[in-house]
Amino acid sequence: MTYDIATWVKVSAFIGSGLSMGFGAVGAAIGEGYTAAQANAALSRNPDSAGNIFKNMLVGQAVAESAAIFALVVAMILLFTEHRAETLSVYILISAGVCMGLGAIGSGIGAGYPAGEACFGISRQPAISDQLTTTMLIGSAVTQTSAIYALVTSLILLYADFFTRPFSPTWAAVIGAGLAAGLGAIGSGIGEGFVARAGCEGVARQPLSRAPVTNGMLLGMAVAETTAIYGLLIAVILLFKTFEPATSMAPCMALVAAGLCMGLGAVGPGIGEGFTGEGAVRWMARSPNEVAILTRSMLVGQAVSESTGIYSLVIALILIFVV
Amino acid sequence: MAIEGVDIIRSAAFLGAGICMGLGAIGPGVGEGMAAAKACEAIGKNPKEAGLLTRTMLVGQAVTESTGIYSLVIALLLLFVV
Repeated sequence: MTYDIATWVKVSAFIGSGLSMGFGAVGAAIGEGYTAAQANAALSRNPDSAGNIFKNMLVGQAVAESAAIFALVVAMILLFTEHRAETLSVYILISAGVCMGLGAIGSGIGAGYPAGEACFGISRQPAISDQLTTTMLIGSAVTQTSAIYALVTSLILLYADFFTRPFSPTWAAVIGAGLAAGLGAIGSGIGEGFVARAGCEGVARQPLSRAPVTNGMLLGMAVAETTAIYGLLIAVILLFKTFEPATSMAPCMALVAAGLCMGLGAVGPGIGEGFTGEGAVRWMARSPNEVAILTRSMLVGQAVSESTGIYSLVIALILIFVV
Repeated sequence: MAIEGVDIIRSAAFLGAGICMGLGAIGPGVGEGMAAAKACEAIGKNPKEAGLLTRTMLVGQAVTESTGIYSLVIALLLLFVV
């Protein structure tokens, strides 16, 4: 059964948009559900601050929603704009959809954690409700950055001109780039959410140590962000490096494998460094005098957790540049 | 693009290397992070024992790292030896 290329392009556009919105809806829903659950627990604890808790819950859920909105935008672009009727388009459209869909999972889940914890914190300390909302917004906004990397990669895939390059291995490069940026955003989003949760909990527990807790939270989130940055780096290399025309399957599979390797490899360290940052920041609030040793322990622990992420980066770079 | 036997084998080796290192990095990442988290909390509870706690954390993380190293070895074998 042979169809003309315009049909295949339409097929891939529809599949891509389905994957984009399908995956993209998962994370934000989980995060917002967690926020609502914590808000209910907070309301049962302290019904008098219902107004502040409710407002905080809605603001926090709005930030978690933004990752799903990115996925919706990419899905709409895939459905309703004209695409060039060439074979390479098939791979570009599917890759863009997968990239944004996967990329929205982590940030959606991650942004729900600080929002829920801020609601609970308001029930404990109603007087500092504004400070808690600010800390929550700082935390959830940084969590969204990995989804933004995936959005940038999707938009480059959709709007840059790949058609002047040889078909093979460019088809593999675009698939690899989508996987690297999309999968790579999952771990960081979730991990940074854990750290931000501990930050909000710490500020609620000990409002006077807001400055060291916020600094520790941002430092922990920055280290957890690094694996998403590796994913974006591999995606950008795959998209913008000029490859020689490939006559066999092996160099193409190397590029797909590089994207898969870095994407999957970024999941674990992102989540693990998130756990580490959460533990450290939680105790920075409880013992403000021990911030220095806690920061050192957090960084050492995160560095060891990062190691397998570095191995994945090395193997991905070997696959792109050496073999 | 006619695909020959040798070519498919090389492709499979690359794909295997990528999947191996990619999936293999997930577990140690999460596990070492959990170990470090509990170590940080323990240091917060008992700062005087920071030396002992850090040492124990590093030993535990080294053991956790072992499966990640196995994945790295297999990935390098797939890339350069077979």
